[in-house]
Amino acid sequence: MLLLLLFTFVLAIFLGFELISKVPSTLHTPLMSGSNAISGITIVGALIAAGETDSGWVSYVLGTAAVAFATINVVGGYLVTDRMLAMFKSKQGGGKA
Amino acid sequence: MSALIDLSYIAASILFIYGLKALSSPATARKGNLISAVGMLIAVVATLFDKHIIGYQWILAGVLIGTAIGAIAAMRVPMTSMPEFVALFNGFGGIASLIVGWAEYERNLPSWTQGVPHGGDTPIAFTATAIYLAVLIGGVTFTGSMVAYLKLSERISGKPFLFGGQQIVNGVLLLAVLGCGIAYAVAPADTYWLFMLAIALSFVLGVMATIPIGGADMPVVISLLNSYSGLAACAAGFIILNTVLIVSGSLVGASGIILTMIMCKAMNRSLGNVLFSGFGSVTAKKSGAAAQGEAKALSPEDAYYVLEAAQSVVFVPGYGMAVAQAQHVVRELGEALHKNGAEVNYAIHPVAGRMPGHMNVLLAEANVPYEQLVEMDAINPMMDSVDVAIVIGANDVVNPAARQDESSPIYGMPIIDVDKARSVFILKRSMASGFAGIDNPLFFAENARMVFGDAKATVQSLLAQFKEN
Repeated sequence: MLLLLLFTFVLAIFLGFELISKVPSTLHTPLMSGSNAISGITIVGALIAAGETDSGWVSYVLGTAAVAFATINVVGGYLVTDRMLAMFKSKQGGGKA
Repeated sequence: MSALIDLSYIAASILFIYGLKALSSPATARKGNLISAVGMLIAVVATLFDKHIIGYQWILAGVLIGTAIGAIAAMRVPMTSMPEFVALFNGFGGIASLIVGWAEYERNLPSWTQGVPHGGDTPIAFTATAIYLAVLIGGVTFTGSMVAYLKLSERISGKPFLFGGQQIVNGVLLLAVLGCGIAYAVAPADTYWLFMLAIALSFVLGVMATIPIGGADMPVVISLLNSYSGLAACAAGFIILNTVLIVSGSLVGASGIILTMIMCKAMNRSLGNVLFSGFGSVTAKKSGAAAQGEAKALSPEDAYYVLEAAQSVVFVPGYGMAVAQAQHVVRELGEALHKNGAEVNYAIHPVAGRMPGHMNVLLAEANVPYEQLVEMDAINPMMDSVDVAIVIGANDVVNPAARQDESSPIYGMPIIDVDKARSVFILKRSMASGFAGIDNPLFFAENARMVFGDAKATVQSLLAQFKEN
């Protein structure tokens, strides 16, 4: 199991390199805010920490805080990326030049 | 149920990958972002069905607070503040991973004190190491991003902060963090205080790593912190043995590393040099071959006559354009030139501005079609045939010393070759040097003219003349 996870990790890094090197520099800022939103995936861990009842109150408080921070990251990240990408217009579509 | 959840995680990972792939063109990028968001929604909903989750009230509270703050901030932030916004949010991602690590430690502790792993058969040392990494990377990301945020929003000085023995202090810090980590991973049940110390140390380390880095090097730092926030999520994935965390964390980690490498290459400096040298803190000593001569000033009125006859114009924007908020008038001037029959392009250096792609976003906001945003490598071969290159608030990225003067600190850095255009207008307040504190021989070139004054006012005056005639 652990080795399999490490294997997944290595493959995902390589895949990431392949994918990201194809992103044009024009879109680097939305790429950063978008990938920032993806890094909010840590919310999955936060949800489990906040939802478990067999652990003490320290875990609750920590879990809730983690959920809040991760949600800010996810919601804010995707929304702001969408706002930015909506501004990139082509000559044909909407651009006034 | 558990299999279903795992399948949803695979679906989410595929959507993330697909979303990133769609970012390869501005035409599909927005859809890609939406696809990625759907992936996130699937991952979150699937997790809520996890058998470990029993109570929902705390989750609901956290989600509501987070959504409110995130949504309001994302809607309100002006495009010019995007660099500090991204830095701030990056920090939130880091602190979330840190807290997840900490909460997992608290959760595992009761079992660990009895010497057994908490659920499952993962070795204690493995989980403990993953927890330590999530906390460490998360902590560095958090405080590092906060310092970057403060610097970018100019709440503190953007200048590098250096003091004697800085490298030694950092070295000691790093050793302490490493030592704590090993001691903790060996006996995590008895080293609670070491764990707390490690959290504090990671915070200090994040601050120390970011303060020596100057304003114009920020693109590298944000990219690197971006990568860290992904790796922290990845470490959190190894704690709870969750594939979607590991996959998406690695994607973000790889993304940040690539951007970091691109930025470093665009400055012809190594990552180590950017992180540790405090570049820009001292004014470079005047080299023997210092630029000599007299800069020739040009009034906006005379500049207009040249532009009016130009067939091909290239704008080269830099951070100064963002500061002057000149992007909208620049676009209007571009349109006026276009109507006048000129071919108009915007040449964008990879490190122009304070984060990767900063200028592109500002110009897109001002309604410049993305076809006109040209990368450095694409514009340079065409520079010979350009009638007028207009430099707005950029300096080091158009400094020909990078090509010619081996003694220059920026020698070897790829630049936009505006000096090869038939004429170059430099919109600038004064003759002051740029961030790197280096003389710019471009100002004294035969074909260069300085148009002094506020960049926005200058462009406005040019625009007014086009409208009159």
